[in-house]
Formats: sequence, structure tokens, C-alpha cells
Amino acid sequence: MLSTILLVTGLMSYFFYRVLNAPPKPEPDSYLDNDDEIERQAPRA
Amino acid sequence: MSANKESWGSRVGLILAMAGNAVGLGNFLRFPVQAVQNGGGAFIIPYLICFLVMGIPLLWIEWSMGRFGGKFGHHSTPFIVDTMHRNRLWKYIGVFGIWTNIAVASYYCYLESWTLSYVFHSIGGTFAGLDQNGVSAFFNEYVSLGESTFGIPYEPIVFFVICLLLNTWILSQGLAKGVERVAKIGMPLLILFGIFLAYKGFTITAGENGAINDSSVGLNFLWTPNFDELWSPSVWLAAAGQIFFTLSVGMGTIHCYASYVRSKDDIALNAMSAGWMNEFVEVVLGAAILIPISIGYLGVDGVTELVNSQGGLGLGFRTLPYLFYQWGDVLGAVAGVMWFGLLFFAGITSSLAMGTPWIGFLQDEFNWRRKPAAWSFGLIVLLLGMPTVLFFKYGVFDEYDYWAGTVSLVVFALFESILFAWVFGMNKGWREITSGADIQVPNFYKFIIKFVTPLLLLWVFIGSLITPKGGDWAGAFANGWELDDSSIINKIKNSSLKRQLAEATDPEVIQQLQDTLFFVNASRTLLVAVFLSIALLVYIAYKKRVREGRI
Repeated sequence: MLSTILLVTGLMSYFFYRVLNAPPKPEPDSYLDNDDEIERQAPRA
Repeated sequence: MSANKESWGSRVGLILAMAGNAVGLGNFLRFPVQAVQNGGGAFIIPYLICFLVMGIPLLWIEWSMGRFGGKFGHHSTPFIVDTMHRNRLWKYIGVFGIWTNIAVASYYCYLESWTLSYVFHSIGGTFAGLDQNGVSAFFNEYVSLGESTFGIPYEPIVFFVICLLLNTWILSQGLAKGVERVAKIGMPLLILFGIFLAYKGFTITAGENGAINDSSVGLNFLWTPNFDELWSPSVWLAAAGQIFFTLSVGMGTIHCYASYVRSKDDIALNAMSAGWMNEFVEVVLGAAILIPISIGYLGVDGVTELVNSQGGLGLGFRTLPYLFYQWGDVLGAVAGVMWFGLLFFAGITSSLAMGTPWIGFLQDEFNWRRKPAAWSFGLIVLLLGMPTVLFFKYGVFDEYDYWAGTVSLVVFALFESILFAWVFGMNKGWREITSGADIQVPNFYKFIIKFVTPLLLLWVFIGSLITPKGGDWAGAFANGWELDDSSIINKIKNSSLKRQLAEATDPEVIQQLQDTLFFVNASRTLLVAVFLSIALLVYIAYKKRVREGRI
């Protein structure tokens, strides 16, 4: 029981941590909230 | 040109919405009962294996199909699958991805409305003075549209309509401002409530507050592995079935949510994150509440009897409200609000997902704006849902659940796994899964998606189609195949009902069974009519596209 609970909790935390710490992708991306973040703007050609 | 210009607000919001879509009432009411009935701790082994070889592949398949279709401006499965192969018949397979959601929402919103009503009854202290039989009788009175303590005439219908209005209004606000906002509030609250109740489930002590067992008795009952069960095909079928229900795969909702993700953005990690969040809620929180608390107060034999007679739904609504009051009036009311509150959040985050494919379809194909599209969903669900409310005792609710919420998921998932791996092609499919991925997707999943997942799905389908009597597969192979009443074939033939009818002698019982038979057949006819109507709309949309030169 304990090993299953720890395994499932650990994997959930790990993947969520990976999401939170994934390198940002340049705009335009799929999400509205970061549209104005300066560091996400793709360099103009 | 599509009127659909929606977007998600944030990546975390998308994952919470996707996890909310997966987390439903089944996480708390169905999973623990399935575990108890299928080998306890041993059930978790086939369950997790099915998650790895069927659940995760299907999540990746559906996320990538959705994102692929989204590139072409499609946000519902008929035209998402249409983009994947030139055979024009595929879009009619995609009808499942709209039909299932409308049909499931019709009874699911009713169930959701019970949770909302029970939250208010917990606050109002309805269950405070009742014994176990009283709480159970209240439930019977409620679903038979009897009088409630609030004195509201036809209270279940009122709450059903309130629930539908709430769903429709949220859907009309759009993805980021409606669905995502609810997920961002609902999911953390659900987890918080779940942790509190799980803590109570873990800390019951015999002799305190009327408890007859320590929580360890309930937890051992649930988790002690019966390894003999591990070799039973029925247990594996149950595990595979549970993975379906819990992940909301085979419905078309994941495709729809993922169709708003751009092709350069990740889906592989998103799918893992949402999938494991659902597993956490189910395995860690879901397993720590219903069974341990019930056994703490009613004992193993009492709960086994209740599980067999009422299932998880009965235990959750007929028994838990009474048990919570063993902790005192205040904590009893608080626990009731938390329990039905978490069920409500689990329900609404799923029912909102069910509305999005229909709305996306109308926006894409008929240029409807979001608001009227959302209200049309509410109206259809109201009309289709009323029979489940009015004729609940005639099995209409169960009939919707069986065909739309069970069989249809397996059928659509089987088709889409074949389409993705064999028709669209595994190489193209793999590129779709890994494109923009923020994690390294293990290469052996190529093999699993191509061979293991479709074969497993085929086995689940055939296993459900011809389930042998009593789930005794070895006996069926040795002594001839007698179908169980739960098999799809015997369901179609109404074998169980007809046998009961043949054996009945009491005129009242005979009348009740005849009425049930009528409503069962009428429900099926209605569901088929809805499917055909959506297929007709898809055909009209296709012709419109041809006229406009979009195909």
C-alpha cells in the first residue's frame, strides 16, 4: 500500500514539477496569459 | 471560416482542466469498490499495468490527434479523424466523440446535481438527526421525486436545472475564462477536501466516536493482495475498464481540449502530468475515504453487504452522510460539505469537458458563436436528461450509463487506436506525439501503441461482448460458453429482464418489469436517434465544406 501511494504521489509531483520548470517557448504559443511576457517574444526578423 | 478563436489561458490551467476532465465521481465511488471486488491490493497490479500499456498510450494518442486536428481548425472528433485519412467514413466514427459526451452529460449532470443538493443538505443539517436507515430512506425519497426537507417541490429537478444552468453559463464564458477558471478553483479545493477526508480515513480508532475498527482494518481490507485473483481475466477486464472510466479516454473530450494547443507546444509531458494527477486522486485519495471510513464504523461484513447491494454510489450517498455525524454535529456537517463538495468539483470539471466538443463542432462547422452554442448544449442535455430524472426507477439512467458511458468508450478507443497506429501510420503518429515534447518519450511506446494497446482494447471489447457466466472463463472454455447477463450480447437481448419477467408471479412486479422493459428499449431508441441526428449534422457540415471549397 505504502509503496503504491509513494510511487503515485512521487510520479505526480515529478511530472508537475517538470511542467512548472519547463523552458518557456517563444510566442506565439498556445496560452493567453504569457502573451505579453517580454522574454517570450520571438526575435523580429 | 470558423468562429472558433478560443485559447487556453495557461499551461497549468490546461493541465488542471484536463485532470479535472479525467477526475470524476468514479475516482471516489467506483475505484475503491472495483478494488474490493477484484482482489484488493492485487487489483492495483493489473490496474497500474493497464494504465502504463493502455491508459498512457491512449492519452498520448488523443492529445496528439486533437492537436493535429486543431492545426486544420477542427475542435471535435468527426473532422479531427477526417483529417487523418482520406476515407470519408472516418468522420462518422468520430460522431462517437460528440454523441458520447451529450448522452453521458445527460445523466452525469443529474448525478452532479445530487452532489450539489447534498452539499446544501449537509449545510442545512438534514442528516444530523437521522440514523443509517433514515439517511438511506432520504436518498430513496429524493430520487423518487418525493418531498424533501427543504420543502421544494420536485427538488431533484430543480437542482438538475440549476446544475445545468451553471454548466451552460460557465461553458458560455469560454475556455480560459470559464472552463479553465473553474478547474483552477475546483481542482485544488477537491484535493484539499480529499486530503482532509483521507486523513480522517487514516486515523479512525476503534472505540472512539462509535468506531468498531481501526482504520487499518479498512485499509487492509482494501489493500491486502489476493494474488489468486491476479490470473483471472475478469480482474484484468475490470482493471482495464476502470482505466477507461477514470481517464475519460474514448470520449472525445481530450481531443477537443488538445485541439487548442499549437503544434510547437508540448503534449507528451502535459498528458503525463494530467494522467498522474488523476491517478493520485484515485489511488491515494479515492482509496482512503469511502471504504476505510465505512469499515471503521460498520465492519467488514456490513460494508461487503452494502457494496454488493448498493455499490459505491449507494455507499457514498446512503451511508457516508450518517457516518460523518459520528464525529459530532459540526465536524459531521463540515465533512459532508467536503465530501459532496469534492464530488461536485469532480463532476463539474468533467461535465464541462463534455460540453466542449459539441460547442467546438457548432463553432467550426456552422459558425455559431460560443454563447448560443453553449446554451444549445444545455437545452439538449436538459431534454435528453429529463427521462433519467423522471424514469430513474425504470433503469433509464443505467441504460444511458451502460451504452454511452461504458460500451461506446471502448468502441471509439478501439477505432482511434487502429486509426492512429495503422491507418494514419505509426511513424507520423510518433512525430505528432514527440513534436515539441518537454520529455523524452520512451521508444518502446512505439511498439506498445502499435501492437499492445489495440490488442488490449480488442480483448476488452470481445471480453465485454461475450463475458462468460459468472466471469468464469476457465469454466466457459471447458464446459461450453454460457453468456453472463452483463455481456453486451445478453444486454442487447434484455436476457436478465426477460428471465425476471418469466419468473415473476406478483402482478405488481410483472407490471414494474414490463414498464422497465419498455423504458429500457425506449432509451436505446432515443440514444440511437441522437447518434443518427449527429451523423446527419456531420454529413450536412461535410457537404457545406465541399460547397465552400474547404475540402
